[in-house]
Amino acid sequence: MVKAEGVHKRFGRLEVLRGIDLEVAPREVVCIIGPSGGGKSTFLRCINHLEKIDAGRLSVDGELVGYRQQGDKLYELPDSEVCTKRSEIGMVFQRFNLFPHMTALENVVEAPLRVKRQPKAEVIPRARTLLERVGLSDKIDAYPNQLSGGQQQRVAIARALAMQPKLMLFDEPTSALDPELVGEVLDVMRGLAEDGMTMVVVTHEMGFAREVANRAVFMDGGVVVEEGEPRAFFASPQHARTKQFLSKIL
Amino acid sequence: MSEATGVSGGPPAAADRPRTRPEAIKAVPLRHVWRWISAVVVLALAAALVGTIVTAPNLRWDVVGQYIFGGLILQGALLTVELTVIAMAIGIVLGVVLAVMRLSPNPVVSSVSWFYIWFFRGTPVLVQVFFWYNLNAVLPHIGIGLPFTSIGVQASTNSLISPLLAVILGLGLNEAAYMAEIVRAGIISVEHGQTEAAMALGMRRLQVMRRIVLPQAMRVIIPPTGNETISMLKTTSLAFIAAVPELFTRAEQIASSNFDIIELLIVASIWYLFMTSILTIGQYYIERHYARGSQRALPPTPLQRFRRMLFTFHAPPPIVEGVEAPASLQHGGGR
Ligand SMILES: Nc1ncnc2c1ncn2[C@@H]1O[C@H](COP(=O)(O)OP(=O)(O)OP(=O)(O)O)[C@@H](O)[C@H]1O
Ligand SMILES: [Mg+2]
Repeated sequence: MVKAEGVHKRFGRLEVLRGIDLEVAPREVVCIIGPSGGGKSTFLRCINHLEKIDAGRLSVDGELVGYRQQGDKLYELPDSEVCTKRSEIGMVFQRFNLFPHMTALENVVEAPLRVKRQPKAEVIPRARTLLERVGLSDKIDAYPNQLSGGQQQRVAIARALAMQPKLMLFDEPTSALDPELVGEVLDVMRGLAEDGMTMVVVTHEMGFAREVANRAVFMDGGVVVEEGEPRAFFASPQHARTKQFLSKIL
Repeated sequence: MSEATGVSGGPPAAADRPRTRPEAIKAVPLRHVWRWISAVVVLALAAALVGTIVTAPNLRWDVVGQYIFGGLILQGALLTVELTVIAMAIGIVLGVVLAVMRLSPNPVVSSVSWFYIWFFRGTPVLVQVFFWYNLNAVLPHIGIGLPFTSIGVQASTNSLISPLLAVILGLGLNEAAYMAEIVRAGIISVEHGQTEAAMALGMRRLQVMRRIVLPQAMRVIIPPTGNETISMLKTTSLAFIAAVPELFTRAEQIASSNFDIIELLIVASIWYLFMTSILTIGQYYIERHYARGSQRALPPTPLQRFRRMLFTFHAPPPIVEGVEAPASLQHGGGR
């Protein structure tokens, strides 16, 4: 589903990604962990083409992100096509980023109505079902500031799912939450994984990674240092840097 | 511990404590002596001032009363409102366009906007109105056509730009420059995560602007826009130089025939005050509308606040969390 080969990204003189190689199969759940500033968020944003990569190849579902290849030449995609591609990838942010001037339901229906131009009669029932699925059927008409952090993040997940994405990206979805609210969000994500959604999750929730992920990836200094089956990965990391990092957070 | 705690007999057991409700506080309220003294002083000064004006020997209040609802004055007031609405409409629409252009990643588009704002904010509005009014002096014909060819249409400047249109152009185009800066400040005030989330959903740049960013920017945009509207209502009096018969022009015209200058200025001022008061109230309700989703409870209406004030006479009035714009945005009427 996602294929990264030697992905490089720099901000000015700071080289944040220095050759990321990673493959994510359909229906796979991959958890990315790593120290702050290691480029995890940047990598997720590249997958969604919120950032342009400088070198390497990055493709989603077999199509290059942001470019079209013809012969051995790359052509930049026009905005409209980039937007269409983005609409097929769901993204959930650390700080929720719900639209504060819209109710939970309005947040969820906005993109299907405006981007996909699907009819209201179809979108609204689906949005209600989604909100129900994340356990918020009684909060449909609440504004984001009337919701707890955990509830907001669940609305944000429903909002992303409403676009019927083929891939979901989560950028530390629980790290802005109080500890007792983390569980409700992880439960929703676990349910998604069980339904076969392809997911790339940046997280420090080791328990979630161990139970739900098919693979754990350790990223540091802009490269993938080590990856493996989660249980083995956490039990016996191979690299010194991984060991050091895990010993600090476990 | 005595009777005052309301607990009878012995110290309360720890388990009992949550059940006994502490007595409501009955303290002597703080006396705001200086508030009362200053109120008396202000009232005395105001009374003296009003007294001086009302009893001014040559001020003829009957003339004020005669003209305040006079047909010409009413027509003038109506035209003032129309001018304000049209000029502000141009200002707001063009201002939003300019603000979005200013923030465009396209350097050509953003510098066009920069130049417009630089020019129209940098010259006095009086000069601009005068300019449009006298345009025919240097440019007798205006037309559109292909440059360096004779293809196109032309018309005489005088027939195209009537005095009324000159005033509207002068006020509206000038206002757009100020509105552009106000709107831009509003757009910048919206957290970047909002744009990011909307783009991640696949929304186009303009969609993000219209559906997500601008509605949130409204909270920052509206207070200074209200200010601008009130300012515009008074600035329309510049139409005087083009002899467009709005409120001030009418008052002046009448005054120049009957020489009751101050009386007619009072008439005009009363109308200006009345109309700005209406605008102030309108602004309050619009602000309240756009506070939706940013405050858990809507702020009280003035009527609700007034009622609450009556019932809590000694306490300071409740502070309503406002959505004041930074002072730098409010350039007031002094241009
Ligand atoms: N738009 C930007 N401009 C300049 N530098 C940036 C930008 N975005 C990120 N960076 C830098 O890139 C580096 C990697 O950032 P990134 O957000 O990807 O890290 P991260 O691994 O997600 O860290 P964290 O765990 O703290 O979220 C950081 O040093 C950051 O300062
Ligand atoms: Mg991050």
